[in-house]
This record gives sequence, C-alpha cells and structure tokens, in this order.
Amino acid sequence: MTEKLVIIGNGMAPGRMLEHLLEKAPGRYQVTIFNAEPRVNYDRIMLSPVLSGEKEYEEIIIHGDGWYIKHGITLYKGHRIVAIDRNAKTVTSDHGVTESYDKLVIATGSVPFILPVPGKDMRGVITYRDLDDVQAMLLAAQSREKAVVIGGGLLGLEAAAGLAGRGMDVTVLHVMPTLMDRQLDPAAGYLLQKELEGRGIKIVCKANTKAIVGDGRVEGIELDDGRIIPATLVVMAVGIRPSVGLAVQAGLAVNRGIVVDHGMRTSDGSILALGECAEVSGQVYGLVAPLYEMARVAASHLAGETTAAFVHSDTPTKLKVTGIELFSLGDFADGDDREEIVLRDASAGVYKRVVLKGNRIIGTVLYGETADGAWFNDLKKKETDISQMRETLIFGQAYQGGAPLDPMAAVAALPDDAEICGCNGVCKGKIVSTITGKGLTSLDEVRAHTKASASCGSCTGLVEQLMTLTLGENYNPAAVQPMCGCTDLSHDDVRRLIKAKKLKTIPAVMQELQWKTSCGCAKCRPALNYYLVCDWPDEYADDYQSRYINERVHANIQKDGTYSVVPRMWGGVTNAHELRAIADVVDKFEIPLVKVTGGQRIDLLGIEKEDLPAVWEDLGKAGFVSGQAYAKGLRTVKTCVGSDWCRFGTQDSTGLGIRIEKFMWGSWTPAKLKLAVSGCPRNCAEATCKDIGVICVDSGFEIHFAGAAGLDIKGTEVLGLVRTEDEALEHIVALAQMYREQARYLERIYKWAKRVGLEEIRRQIMGDAVKRKAYYDRFVFSQKFAQVDPWSERVSGKDKHEFRPMATIGYGEAAE
Amino acid sequence: MDTNWIAIGNIADIPLRGARCVKTPQGKIAVFRTAENEAFAVEDHCPHKGGPLSQGIVHARAVTCPLHNWVISLETGKALGADEGAVKTIPLRNEDGALFIALESLMMAAE
Ligand code: SRM
Ligand SMILES: Cc1cc2nc3c(=O)[nH]c(=O)nc-3n(C[C@H](O)[C@H](O)[C@H](O)COP(=O)(O)OP(=O)(O)OC[C@H]3O[C@@H](n4cnc5c(N)ncnc54)[C@H](O)[C@@H]3O)c2cc1C
Ligand code: SF4
Ligand code: FES
Repeated sequence: MTEKLVIIGNGMAPGRMLEHLLEKAPGRYQVTIFNAEPRVNYDRIMLSPVLSGEKEYEEIIIHGDGWYIKHGITLYKGHRIVAIDRNAKTVTSDHGVTESYDKLVIATGSVPFILPVPGKDMRGVITYRDLDDVQAMLLAAQSREKAVVIGGGLLGLEAAAGLAGRGMDVTVLHVMPTLMDRQLDPAAGYLLQKELEGRGIKIVCKANTKAIVGDGRVEGIELDDGRIIPATLVVMAVGIRPSVGLAVQAGLAVNRGIVVDHGMRTSDGSILALGECAEVSGQVYGLVAPLYEMARVAASHLAGETTAAFVHSDTPTKLKVTGIELFSLGDFADGDDREEIVLRDASAGVYKRVVLKGNRIIGTVLYGETADGAWFNDLKKKETDISQMRETLIFGQAYQGGAPLDPMAAVAALPDDAEICGCNGVCKGKIVSTITGKGLTSLDEVRAHTKASASCGSCTGLVEQLMTLTLGENYNPAAVQPMCGCTDLSHDDVRRLIKAKKLKTIPAVMQELQWKTSCGCAKCRPALNYYLVCDWPDEYADDYQSRYINERVHANIQKDGTYSVVPRMWGGVTNAHELRAIADVVDKFEIPLVKVTGGQRIDLLGIEKEDLPAVWEDLGKAGFVSGQAYAKGLRTVKTCVGSDWCRFGTQDSTGLGIRIEKFMWGSWTPAKLKLAVSGCPRNCAEATCKDIGVICVDSGFEIHFAGAAGLDIKGTEVLGLVRTEDEALEHIVALAQMYREQARYLERIYKWAKRVGLEEIRRQIMGDAVKRKAYYDRFVFSQKFAQVDPWSERVSGKDKHEFRPMATIGYGEAAE
Repeated sequence: MDTNWIAIGNIADIPLRGARCVKTPQGKIAVFRTAENEAFAVEDHCPHKGGPLSQGIVHARAVTCPLHNWVISLETGKALGADEGAVKTIPLRNEDGALFIALESLMMAAE
C-alpha cells in the first residue's frame, strides 16, 4: 500500500530529496507538497543572475509543472501550512485544505531577519529571499533612483550589484568594519570594497541603522550618527532565521532550528525536517551543499535505509557577481596555534591567504584569482600534510614540482576525488566517468546527469575544462543551441540561410540544410513555417500541417478537446448589435461558458469542433472576424476611453488603438503580439507591460516596447516620442516588422530586444527614417496576403475535412 | 472469431502528415497519414491526459499530442522519449488507398 508523504515547503532541499526518493523507492509514497510561494521548485541561488539580467526565471526552474504531473505529485502552490495536528496526523493550509500524512517533512527554509527599527514596515522596504522580491526590485529599479542595501554580506552585495547594473544609484550599509566579514578577512574585504566602489556602488561600513524615514513610503535611512541617506528602495539583507514557527506550535523540539538527529528525524518519529530550518548537532546551515547532504539522508530514511547519517563538511563561499573572483573556505581567524601564508599582488589585484594548523590547511581566502580553490579545498578535506610543499603552496597547484602548469593541465592533475561542484558535492571522477559512460557532449547534458554546475554555476569553467579534457575536439563550448534534434543549425542560422539560399518550402529547407529527420518534428516545423510565411509572404504556401492545432483550426483547444472562440472586438469597443448577436449564438449552440477575457473581449468556451464553422457563420453575419486569440500573431490592442470621454485624456487613445488593430490584424509574428494604448500616463490600458504600448501625452505619443506580464513581469522600455498619430502608426508597424524579421520562433519582443539591444532598435526605428520606411513597407506588403478572415474562409468550405469525421461507424454494426 | 474489416474511406481523404477521426460508439479513433503515405489508426486519446491525438502534428511515424507535447509512436502506440504510457493501436488495412479497420479491436477498446 502506498503511504502518504506530505512536505511543507518546496525549496531546494525537499526538491533534491524527492529526486533521490523517486530513484530509491519509486511508487512507495503518494506525495503532496504545500508551498507558500505560488510556484514550482526553482534554483533560489540563481536569483541574483535573474536580478542582474544574466538569466531568466524560466532558466532557473528546477522542476517544471510537467515534472510534478509525471511523478503524480500534488503541489499546492500558494498554500501556507498554518497548523500541524500530530495526533490526527494532518496538516492544514491557509486556504483550508487539510491533508493527512503517514510521514511529514518540514522544509520551511528561513525567513529574512528584519531590523527592528522604526519605519521597517514602510512601503519600499523589502527583503531578498524569493522571486517576488526580485520582481519588486526590478520594478523599483526602473525609476533609476536611489537604493540602500542594508547588509554587506553575500546576499546584500549580490543585491547591490544587481540593482546597480539595472541603473540604480546604490549605497550599501554594513555594520562591521569590512565587507563579508563572516567569509573574508579584512584584507580581502578591503579589496572587495575597492572593486565595488570602482563600479559606482557606495559603501559605508560601521554604519548603524537607526531608523527608516519617510511618509508611508521610504525616503531615506537615518544612521546612528545622524546622517540621512536618501533612498526610494531599501533592501534588508542582514541575515536569516530558520523558519520554525510551525514546528514550535506543533510542540516539536526546537532550538535555533528544528532539532533533528543525524537521520533528519525530529522529536516526533513520523516527522522529518531538513533544509535551512533544521538544526543538526547544534548547527544550522545557509548554503545548499549541506542541505543537499540532508536531502540525501532524508530520502534514504524515507526509503527505509535507516543507516544513512548526515556528515558535516565546510562549504566554500563564492560571490556571484560577474567579474569578481572570490573564494573563501573554512576557518581563518587569527590564533596562537595557527600559521598563515599570504600572497599579495597589488598590481593584479590578487590576494591569497592560507591558514594552517599543524601543517594542515584549515582555511583559505582567495581574492582576484580563484582557480586553485578546488585544489586547496581538496587538501583541506583530506587533511594533507603540506610541509613538503610549504614554500610554494600559496602559488597554487601549478607550482608543485616541476614547471608551472597551464590551467588545463592543472585540472588534469586534480585527483579523481577532488570536488568540482561544491553545491552538489560532485567530484572530478564522477563527472569524467559520466561523460564517457553516457557519451555526453554538451554542458546541459552534464548538468542533467551529474548535477555539477547545475546550482550556483560558479564551477562551470572547471566543468567545461573537464569536458574539453575528456572529449578533446568533440567539445566546443561556444557551440550554438540547435533548433531541435533534427538539425545542428541554430534558429538564427536557419533564418539567414532561408534568405540567402532563397528556400521557399519546408522540404526545400530540410533538403538544402541537411535535416537529420525525414519530415522534422513538432518543434522545427511550426518555426520553419513561420519563417517562410514571414520571408516570402506572396510566394509561400502556408503549410497547415506544420501549424499547432489552434492555428490550424483557428480556435483554442481546451483540455476536454472542445474549442473556444474569441471574435475581434476592435480596441475593446462593442455595441448592442454585436452583443445581441453573441447572445443568439450562445443560445443556439448551447455554449456552456461566456467569459470576458483579460484582453478586453468575449470568449465563448466549450464548443465542439464540428460546430465551429456554423458558429463562425452566425458570428460572421453580425460582422465579426476571428480574434486570432490562438495565433502567434497580432492578438489584442487594449485601449482606454481617452480624450473623447475621460477628463484626463490627452489624445483619442480608443481611436488610435482601433486604427492600429485594424491595420495589423492577421499578421503572423514570432510569438504572440499584444498592444495597448493609454490616453494619459495614468495608463488605464496597462500599456507599459505590453509587447508594444503607447502612452498618449499632451505633446504626442510616447511609444513603449518590450514589456511582459505573463511568465515574466517586466515594464516596457521607451522607444521614443512622436508627435502625430500617423507617425505613431508608422513607428509601431516598423518595429513590429523588424521583430518579425529577426526574432526566433516563440521569442517575445522583450527577449528579442534584450538579445539585439535596445539601442540598436531605437537607432533603426527612431533614428533611421529610411530603414523605418522600408520595414513599414514590407509589413504593408505582407498584410495583403495575411488579412483574410480565416473564419469566413472556413465557412465557405476551406479545410472541410478538419471539421468532419472521416467516417461514422459502429452504431449499426456493433448491434449485430 | 473472424475479423470484421470495416471500410472507413480513402487515404486521400486525409491530408499528408495529417489525421482524421472516425467516430464509433466507443469513442473516437484517429487515423493518420504520414509523409510517406502510410496509414495508422490509434485511439484518439493520449495516454497522458486524454488529449485528442488526431489534432497533433504528425512527423515521421509519430504524432505530438496537442495538449502537452507527448510524442506517441503511431506504430506501437507507445510514448517516445522520457514519457511512459501507451495508446491502443487499431489494426488497419490499406488496399490501394481504401482503408479498413478491424471491428473486434473496437469492441475491445470499449472495455
Ligand atoms: C482567454 C484568456 C484568459 C481570460 O479568460 O481572460 C487567456 C487564455 C489563455 N492564455 Fe493567456 N489569456 C488571456 C490573456 C492573457 C494576458 C493578458 C493580456 O493579454 O492583457 C496575458 C499576460 C500578457 C502577456 O501575454 O504577456 C496572458 C499570458 C499568457 C501566457 C504567458 C505568455 C508569456 O510569454 O509569458 C500564455 C502561455 C503561452 O503563450 O505560452 C498564455 C496562454 C493562454 C492559453 C492560450 C493557454 C493555452 O495554451 O491553451 C489560454 C487559452 C484559453 C482559451 O482557449 O481561451 N497566456 N494571457 C485571455 C485572452 C485574451 C484575449 O482576449 O485574447
Ligand atoms: C539571493 C540568494 C542567493 C543565494 N546564493 C547562494 C549561493 O551562492 N550558494 C549557496 O549554497 N546558497 C545560496 N543561497 C542559499 C540557498 O538558496 C538556500 O540555502 C536554500 O535555498 C535553502 O533551501 P530550503 O529548501 O531549506 O529552503 P527554501 O529554498 O527557502 O524553501 C522554503 C520554502 O518553504 C516555503 N514555506 C515556508 N513556510 C511554509 C509553510 N508554513 N507552508 C508552506 N510553505 C512554506 C517558502 O515559501 C519557501 O518556498 C542563496 C539564497 C538567496 C536568497
Ligand atoms: S487561462 Fe491563462 S492563466 Fe488561466 S489557466 Fe489557462 S493559461 Fe493559465
Ligand atoms: S494529454 Fe497528451 S500530452 Fe498531455
């Protein structure tokens, strides 16, 4: 019989535990997870690269929704557990869901510590723990105003670097005399401070925060000495506390963290705890490596292997700020029984210090050059007696015996059990043997199979060196991401070659570009179809069999196989005649749900495929055309009421929106394209989170682009200001065409813009009238072929086969 | 028991790299036509969450389900790649383009 396993918290520790458990004891448990955060399990460590813009949220997801489905795991997103009833063996969430358990795992992580100063609850004060915090910071950063980060530790500095990179004026307040004092000695802390100051970040050490000042919203920080530092955003990164409230309430033994034994068992035999909330042998942890060790142990116990025990080990710390090399490990306090070896190279900005006790390394700080980190870690872990190499130790592995080694040779010289990935505890031997054993050739594959470099990524260089070492010429780190398994070419290469070689059909592309499969797959075919439609609008015959079902039948497929139908409602404006026609269709076809969409129009859901042409016929008679709510193409242009009605309106935003929609409907784009026009900066049409948006102002039209409000949330960038409606239309259309011609399939404008650069886009669209006009003309040309209402085409008989069964059998015969 | 072959139409009724449905009292059957002009029939019900396979994209001898992109082999009915599951295949005869499916298996599909 399957037992019920309930997990509270869906962070990195329990995520890893489940991976082990599914491997060790598949099917043994029916797993339910409650997570206060409304999302799947992601790599929290990588929030800093998301903040700095080096990664996207999607890239740091560890387990996507599909993973939970695949493993039959129920995940309650956005459910905080508020009570554990140990007698009844149940947990209850804040939304009132109660679930019983045979085994319970508490993995509630930590909560950021908030300085108990006046003003701490003011708007504009945030912490740095989860994606919501990052999003709040990104939003605040758009103002390009002043930010203060309280705390000069790992988190604080990563936040500061990220915010500075996003254009904010950042000051870091640190209470101790030097930065990262828990991981760095004063000398390294000083070098770090100099480096950050060189990047424009202001740093105030020995700074005691007295109060946060402001009037409901943050205006600044007051220090002990009376100084006031102005700020519109305050990030508190002064430490974390294990999140133990729930365990305390449930009457479990709690110290600093939830007390567990070496098998991760709490004082209640049915309950385990792991992660940052757990305390083993008096220690709580704040880096993932030991948490992953806990995960391994907890999974073993849940799988019935009760001998597994947690072993403590020191984890090296690295700062994930691009361009700053910093490594710190173990204990480096001064002491009578300790000796140290120091190397300074001021011109190169390098500082290295190794702390020894009885000829064995107990601590290491490396700044400016960290390549030997893995080697020092290895010596420390093995407690190697270093007296033989004492003279040259500090110069690193390359200098031990014989000639200096190049970096590659240094990696080659590492022993098989040298740890390469600290986060996941993966050693060199494991990586090399997996590469050869499984025939891996890409970094992604190595990450998937070994987990090395899959968490904080700071060992990526080492892993790549190992790959080069193992695979020789077969590994090319700069290799492009191919479109799909059917080709080695990237999207960009394919787009370029389609034009250069004048390829005008899918079979021609596959033949000329040496596709590896006979007729592609569901990834490349829709992409190729789009590229060909875009590049040869007059010549290419659209291949409907290479379109996703929604685009093939011009309606959105639903989970039960029925379809939804969304007619255009230009600019969100309708009238009694249209509404009556919709009402009649709903009655006639007994349509189960009528819903107002987020795109300012009406969705009719639950229509049988066979009924679609008849529904369209009736809608068509009332003047409706397809809203293309299914298309990688122009979707909606949302508008507000504008100057015709609104007392603040500066221009006719409704009219402009309708004009744009009528001009652009029917066009296919790399990914969906959504627009909005707001009549004034109050922005009621939400134009500043759209692919392209317009904010009307007295002096004209401010054109925005590259916003997002779906999987990602991102405010738009300003393209520029134009004076007339005609100019606004020309600029918008030209921008859309530039995007159509350059983006990769399924790449929204904001991702494309990030890749090609905002400046480049502004240069071509705002700054180069000839280019702009050429883009505009090409769009207009392609519209000649695109602006055909697909619904009326289907009503008049096109693709009849799609909407009728091939045969209807069995009803008579089956009875015989 | 004799197999009872039932005519369902001609292969030309199905678009190349496409599919059509056959309605039966036990549910829909998806009949596919590959780029190489081969025909296959399977239950129109994805092993994952019941998606209508007939609405997917057909490539080689496989179809990608329209709901969550599982790839199903038309020959074996099995999910390809990392996914696990299988859909029932239906015996199909192709006589110069005239297509027939077997009724017994239809009855079994009803269980
Ligand atoms: C109907 C509607 C929800 C509603 O009831 O309001 C809707 C429904 C769907 N959305 Fe949406 N989205 C709807 C407005 C939005 C909006 C709001 C807006 O447009 O102002 C957003 C956020 C804005 C944006 O796009 O950035 C939105 C962001 C998404 C996303 C995330 C896209 C992204 O790149 O981040 C998806 C997933 C995707 O496209 O891959 C999605 C996908 C879907 C799909 C197509 C899911 C699917 O693949 O089947 C849903 C189709 C349901 C159906 O058959 O009708 N929908 N969706 C809205 C239709 C608007 C319309 O009139 O056409
Ligand atoms: C910005 C940042 C950078 C970092 N960088 C590094 C690094 O470089 N190297 C490194 O090793 N570590 C780093 N860390 C630390 C690392 O991310 C954490 O140690 C690790 O994520 C902790 O995992 P966990 O599973 O214990 O808890 P978490 O990942 O915090 O997960 C706990 C989850 O439980 C949920 N939860 C809490 N209470 C409840 C409840 N009552 N009911 C339901 N759900 C609940 C929370 O919402 C949360 O999602 C970093 C952390 C941050 C924030
Ligand atoms: S309509 Fe949009 S938000 Fe709602 S479930 Fe579907 S995809 Fe998700
Ligand atoms: S139902 Fe087919 S992939 Fe989900």
